[in-house]
Amino acid sequence: MSAVLRAQALGKKYKQRWALQNCDLDVPAGRVVGLVGPNGAGKSTLLKLVSGMLTPTTGTIEVCGGRPAEDMEQLAKVGFVAQDTPTYSALSIADHLDFGKRLNPNWDGELARDRIRRLGLDPKQRAGKLSGGQRAQLALTLGIAKRPELLVLDEPVAALDPLARREFMQDLMEAVAEHELSVVLSSHLVSDVERTCDYVIVLVDSRVQVAGDIDDLVACHHRLTGPRRAPDTLPAGQHVITASHTDRQTTLLVRTDTAVHDPSWTVSPLDLEDIVLAYMTRPANAVRDTRPALEVLR
Amino acid sequence: MIWLTWRQFRTQAAVMFAAVAALAATLAVTGPQLADLYRAAGSGLVDQVSSSDQTLYYTGLLVVLAVPAAIGMFWGAPLVCRELETGTHYLAWNQGITRTRWLATKLGLGAAASMTAAGLAALAVSWWSSPIDRAVNGGAATDTYFPRLDPVVFAARGVVPMAHAAFAFVLGVALGLVIRRTLAAMATTLVVYATVQLAVPMWVRPHLIAPDQTTVPITAGIPINIQEGAKQIVAHPEVPGAWETSQQTLNAAGRPAPVPSSFAECLHTESGLPTAQQIDGCIADLGAQGYQQQVTYQPAGNFWALQWAETALYLGPALALAGFCAWWIRHRVT
Repeated sequence: MSAVLRAQALGKKYKQRWALQNCDLDVPAGRVVGLVGPNGAGKSTLLKLVSGMLTPTTGTIEVCGGRPAEDMEQLAKVGFVAQDTPTYSALSIADHLDFGKRLNPNWDGELARDRIRRLGLDPKQRAGKLSGGQRAQLALTLGIAKRPELLVLDEPVAALDPLARREFMQDLMEAVAEHELSVVLSSHLVSDVERTCDYVIVLVDSRVQVAGDIDDLVACHHRLTGPRRAPDTLPAGQHVITASHTDRQTTLLVRTDTAVHDPSWTVSPLDLEDIVLAYMTRPANAVRDTRPALEVLR
Repeated sequence: MIWLTWRQFRTQAAVMFAAVAALAATLAVTGPQLADLYRAAGSGLVDQVSSSDQTLYYTGLLVVLAVPAAIGMFWGAPLVCRELETGTHYLAWNQGITRTRWLATKLGLGAAASMTAAGLAALAVSWWSSPIDRAVNGGAATDTYFPRLDPVVFAARGVVPMAHAAFAFVLGVALGLVIRRTLAAMATTLVVYATVQLAVPMWVRPHLIAPDQTTVPITAGIPINIQEGAKQIVAHPEVPGAWETSQQTLNAAGRPAPVPSSFAECLHTESGLPTAQQIDGCIADLGAQGYQQQVTYQPAGNFWALQWAETALYLGPALALAGFCAWWIRHRVT
């Protein structure tokens, strides 16, 4: 399957600070990708690079087979809903749809009007008067109705209450199913991603910690519990993500492609949240000097 | 894209054009009677202008001088800056047009509207004031009205207001792009534009077209100003409509020289100001020593040459700033 997003040694530096470095990604088309990480990890920077809002400092990025935002054809392929879902507050919803129609070659006006009707929004209402959830829906409508191959959403639900959050995500998933979109969305909540995504990228401290299919990740990460021992006694092929010890017991979170046969370990499965949190909480210096590249691809 | 630009811009445009239209209407009502007055009185018109028309003369002047500054502040500075502030540029730049075209449309339409607004205001005011301007150029003795070449009036006549407006607009856009805070960008635009508008008449405009020179003999009774404790004198040759740009005292050999200290000593009094006779005597003495005053000036006939030269002077940097905006928006905006 062709890649919707491919990055090699991608990096972005603002003045003195690296917001993203050494990022290698290869995301197949047709996936719903969750980009998770703490605030300030570089999620927005990565998404702005994907949408072509930023140009990379180092490395290369290819989206839907071209350089992001290079020309009109490329712009038409990618939809981007920026953080805080900006809209023109003085323009009405109808104006926004009109604006989308005039500026996008593949604009699906019927889809847009239909969505607005289904959401129960008044087309004559000014965007500035909408609630956060309604504004997010308007921005999403603009993103979907331009009929992109890839839709990029930066923290689309961050400002929404839990109910609106769930509704928005459900709505997004319906649109994805209906229009066969690829989606990359960021969130600092694993639960948002777990419910909606089938591919995850964990970004911490400007570096990709792990990226891969969620099912694969869950399949190859295990919690090992057993008598206390040093983590470096594990066989090759078992990589320790985090380790914790009590006086008698050692608990390891490991990644391995093969089954764990050592009978002294009790092996228990992990869910996505455990895995993501493990990558997020492990000491930063464990990865700073080595290239993370813990990519799981099958 | 034109539609979006217009949709975002129409309120500001309406305010500006309504103001210009109001001014033009007022001028249209009173203008014909001023023209009649000139036909009847010729240069004597300057003493017969009604006080309301005199107010209108200065109001028109101020409006034309203020229009480019207002355009730079209220049209130029927020144009891109407000989008950057509210994040809507992310929305605009993700539609099916490149951001270069987005900027080009905004700049093109904005600059055209700016030049139209300033041009209409200048046209109305130039037309209304033309009887007074002609009277002044015809040699009317007046301290109330300025010749068209005078720095106070020059920027409110002819075609230069259009160039000023285009420059102020693009300057505002560029500063907004770099500063990224609308209010700060507006204030900076005003300061930079005002500085340029002061610097150009002081240091640049006098040299745009080769000036004329005349040498005035110093004799009692000619209009002379004595400045800086009698170390400098300023003569006013009888050249109607001229703009005097520099003064130089020449000695008996015809070389540039400072005013001799004997002149200050001659004018010295124990108390109070010297009498008129004393001043006349001192001036006559200075003239008798062979001193003359050389005056450099732009004659009234250079008005249009100076207008076009200054138009080019402002449009060049306006284009350069537009190029800078295009570069900045592609390479520096995050």
